[in-house]
Amino acid sequence: MAERSFAREVEDLRLGDGETFRGEGILAITKALLQSGVAYVGGYPGSPISHLIDVLGDAKDVLDELGVVFQSSANEAAAAAMLSASVMYPLRGAVAWKSTVGTNVASDALANLASGGVTGGAMIIVGEDYGEGSSIMQERTHAFAMKSQIWLLDPRPDHEKIVDLIEKGFQLSEASNTPVMLEVRVRACHMHGSFVTKNNVKPSFTIKNALENPVRDLGRIVLPPAAYEHEREKIGKRMPAAIDFIGKHALNERFGPEKAKVGIVLQGGMYNNVIRALQYLGLSDAYGETQVPLYVMNVTYPMIDAEVEAFCRDKESVLVVEEGQPEYIEQAVNTALRRRNVSARVRGKDVLPMAGDYTSKVLLDGIRAFLEEADPRLLGNRPPAPDAAPVLALAEVARLKEVVPERPPGLCTGCPERPIFAAMKLVEQELGQHHISADIGCHLFSILPPFNIGATTMGFGLGPASAAAFNVKADKRSIAVMGDGGFWHNGLTSGIGNAVFNKHDGVFLIVDNFYTSATGGQDILSSRASNPRRTTNNSIVAAVKGIGANWVRQIDRTYDVGRMRDTLKEALTTKEEGPKIIVASSECMLNRQRRVRPQIAKAIAGGARTVKERFGVDEDVCTGDHACMRLSGCPSLSVKKLDDPLRDDPVASIDNSCVGCGNCGEVADAAVLCPSFFRADIVHNPNAFDLFVARLRMRAIGWLQRRRERARFDAEAAA
Amino acid sequence: MNEQALRLPLAPAGAATERPISIAILAMGGQGGGVLSDWIVALAEAQGWVAQSTSVPGVAQRTGATVYYIETMPPLNGRKPVLAMMPTPGDVDIVIAAEFMEAGRSILRGMVSPDKTTLIASDHRAFAVSEKIAPADGIADAGAVGAAIGVAARREIVFDMDRIATASGTVISSALFGALSSSAAMPFPADAFRAIVNASGGGAAASLKAFEAAFERAASPERHERGTALEKAAAPASGDARLQPLLARLDGELPADALAMARAGLLKVVDFQDLAYGAEYIDLLRRFADADGAAGGATRQWRFSTEAAKYLANAMVYDDIIRVADLKTRASRRVRVEKEVRLSGEQVLQTTEYFHPRAEELVGALPADWARRIVARPALLGWIDRRVNKGRRVKTYSIGGFLTLYAIGGLRGARRRSLRHATETAHRDAWIERAINAVSRNYDLGVEILKCRRLIKGYSDTHARGLSKYDRVLRAISQIELREDAADWARRLREAAIKDASGEALDGAVKTIGTFA
Repeated sequence: MAERSFAREVEDLRLGDGETFRGEGILAITKALLQSGVAYVGGYPGSPISHLIDVLGDAKDVLDELGVVFQSSANEAAAAAMLSASVMYPLRGAVAWKSTVGTNVASDALANLASGGVTGGAMIIVGEDYGEGSSIMQERTHAFAMKSQIWLLDPRPDHEKIVDLIEKGFQLSEASNTPVMLEVRVRACHMHGSFVTKNNVKPSFTIKNALENPVRDLGRIVLPPAAYEHEREKIGKRMPAAIDFIGKHALNERFGPEKAKVGIVLQGGMYNNVIRALQYLGLSDAYGETQVPLYVMNVTYPMIDAEVEAFCRDKESVLVVEEGQPEYIEQAVNTALRRRNVSARVRGKDVLPMAGDYTSKVLLDGIRAFLEEADPRLLGNRPPAPDAAPVLALAEVARLKEVVPERPPGLCTGCPERPIFAAMKLVEQELGQHHISADIGCHLFSILPPFNIGATTMGFGLGPASAAAFNVKADKRSIAVMGDGGFWHNGLTSGIGNAVFNKHDGVFLIVDNFYTSATGGQDILSSRASNPRRTTNNSIVAAVKGIGANWVRQIDRTYDVGRMRDTLKEALTTKEEGPKIIVASSECMLNRQRRVRPQIAKAIAGGARTVKERFGVDEDVCTGDHACMRLSGCPSLSVKKLDDPLRDDPVASIDNSCVGCGNCGEVADAAVLCPSFFRADIVHNPNAFDLFVARLRMRAIGWLQRRRERARFDAEAAA
Repeated sequence: MNEQALRLPLAPAGAATERPISIAILAMGGQGGGVLSDWIVALAEAQGWVAQSTSVPGVAQRTGATVYYIETMPPLNGRKPVLAMMPTPGDVDIVIAAEFMEAGRSILRGMVSPDKTTLIASDHRAFAVSEKIAPADGIADAGAVGAAIGVAARREIVFDMDRIATASGTVISSALFGALSSSAAMPFPADAFRAIVNASGGGAAASLKAFEAAFERAASPERHERGTALEKAAAPASGDARLQPLLARLDGELPADALAMARAGLLKVVDFQDLAYGAEYIDLLRRFADADGAAGGATRQWRFSTEAAKYLANAMVYDDIIRVADLKTRASRRVRVEKEVRLSGEQVLQTTEYFHPRAEELVGALPADWARRIVARPALLGWIDRRVNKGRRVKTYSIGGFLTLYAIGGLRGARRRSLRHATETAHRDAWIERAINAVSRNYDLGVEILKCRRLIKGYSDTHARGLSKYDRVLRAISQIELREDAADWARRLREAAIKDASGEALDGAVKTIGTFA
């Protein structure tokens, strides 16, 4: 089980009629699913939707009361396939993942689901990881919605609106027999807000009902000739039904004056920042009272041509605000208006940037440029808009560009992956550089300083598969890295199975830290904790052997840098054929500390004998060359300036956040760096024997020390 | 831009409407920026305001820089404000930076404006990886951030909030919240802030302590020195009577400008070996001073002598196993470690050393003639290395471990007969000759050659790499010694060598010099 408890958030799921929910957007979404009477929920964790999975994972009681089935899916394809429960049965179901990466993985199942259509409402919550702070490639989920004809909701970033659209979205799905996607951007997922809750709804038809009364219909299965019929049905029946529903329930919204020369057509998700931009231009107040008409598309696919026509009919110019590329909506608006012979000029990505976040600043510039041409009178006397350029031009500020260091994310203090990469670095020093395929996960931080390891990353669990071509006899072997999360997501088959089958000679390093750590520490098949609701403790080593790998080495303590290095060297040089698989296992330190720290604190407070470890550096032994840091990057291992005029360079220093993982000492030893590091063992609540031995030792040592101090020149005494 | 439109005498299109209070928090993952953000939201909501916070935790939670953004304003006749989801450059009322370079980053991102922004920043440093992995001093210039704050912020509240938090046994968010309350940049009474901290559960008492300390500190009117470059400490004086004759010699024989450094150097050398070694230090330093005087040092603040006092001491105090063992067994070391790990009364401390000696270190400590005989027989040296060269964990404060280290530390008397000493002395003397030769022709070049000593540091391979860099730099310098700008090139070469561990920058510089010929 994830070491973080979501018990408090689970309480929010119980809120009833007329109560107020306050919290994160993704939790509001979770609550909205229960209010909508879902019968089952699945998904794969990943920013920004992880908390949906986490909270439902901790919400056994709430889910049991409602009879809701919750599954932490093996991957997004598995989650999408789960929605097939809604094909034949009137079951509402929802799945969630990070997009577009998760949608990429799920797209096969989604395409099949969308082809046959659904009976019960099927909803896909996609966390659109786009723009600043995103950790993935910059693409749009919109394309998936269009290609498979799945309706795409893009609600205004407001809890009430989002919750309402989830309820309406299920109805829309059922009214049009089509799965629906709800797209929420990163900031909307993590946005704090509030809404008035309703009671949770128990599904009227349950999974159990379905299981006991199976139904089948050949016409829903994707196989010719039904598949041809599906396409016609999408166009002829489902889309019109959806358009009808969307219009009738006014899912899209209009704000501002009825009559105007200009207007703005925008994605729901852009609403808040558009209002702010208009406010800067003096065209709206803080409460959204806008003087420019807005057509807010809370449903971005399908577009309702008639609504667009009605909005644009009397206008000279409209601006389409659509984040990301290509500009699908702008193209659709153009097509709709040309076909209907509406003359309004359509502006969009010609005044707004094609790529990147639409921040208030970007929108301010774009909307101003649009209005300067389309209706300059609106801009009035042009009140001063915020502009950081003058400040940025100041010499003192410009200088900062060379001063302020980059601070990319990195491995946590005590991370068990650090010694793995330190060992790889040592191997590199000995055997030269190798081609290394990286994967998705915390271990991808290896590509950054200080390690600078890894050449490509091709997708979650695809590190080993992306080394597939490097399968010829050569003086060097390829190395592929993959985490335990990626391994179970698909890497066992796509990577290891593939390598075994194709007799790949490379090295495959599986980083096993007992959780899917990068997404928040969720359990997976090989997690070591026992989890009453899941089956854990399934060995990665047994799995790779089961799939046919022969050369398999298990390292149970990654902090043993010397062993790690020797094993890697062996894998790179052994004569044995076939994939060389190393499973390097140690618990994720972040999760370990969450679990262990309270236990230790309790033990110490309770008077139990407890040994705490941390590392230190003797500052007079350290020469300040920082070789240790070039093999570490640990947040607790830093530098400090000494108050000594003879020393130019800062020395290494370890602060009290050190968790005593041992990497420093092991690296200093394995790399033969220096004798500055020491481990300090602090015995809390020592027993009588500890005290006796310590006193005896320190008495003898003190005598020896005094003996030598007498001969020493007292350089430290003050004059 | 429509020029005509600009000249039209139009009234403002709308009322200059009120905007929400906007707050950006710049922090590193794990600093508690999320907690602070939640507190501010709870505070505003408790006052009946509408508050919205956004963030991008994602991967940034792993020690990376991240921004939390909050907007808040009262509702109007039941209407909720529409709040933006990202800070707009030039329009942020309050910027809270949980670390000093993050304050710099907030300015670079345009969030701090002279007409509106209150900047609340802790001036402590958490060094970035790029600052730590530089082989020498890669620490960013905090002074530059201070200067930028001076011109960019309307108001600044800057002090070490991390220290306040640590002293109170909590994390920085409480101190930042205290400073925010004290700044009165949000129109809520301090007690409303306190109520939020009080409701925060677990460590509320410690949080409140940090809150109050920071509140008070932020309110105190005097401007405080920021944590910029360290002042060079005055050289320690010594009360040991046996040292007095040597100190007196320094006073008599060296230019006053170099005295402080020379005193520090002398103490270091004597501490390393003995009084005789100290006398040797002064003899050698005297040679530098004489050459300095002949080269006109009096008009150059005796820079040559001062640098010599520093680097000669470092050259004479090389890092051998005797020194390491000696330092590790000192009483003062135990005291320092106890303080560092915050050892208290009844706790018991043990330390474990991570040694990895090689044959080189062991043989180097032997008398020079024996050692040379061993080194001349590679098979024997290899045999010794196979026995010696492995990781050794030694418990410092066990009888056996301590005695071993103590015995090695006691070899000091034999040090000056050792091979290592002979090697170091020869190397040192060659360096002295180079520098003194150079200074007579080109004063600045002489100084630069002295400073090249900085390249030699570390143990085993790192030490060997340092030596080879030093050799390459000095070789390259000899190619350009006669040029007028030789000193400048020497500096560039040295800095290139210091800058990156891989040596690529040095390769480039050496290549450039090659083209001069």
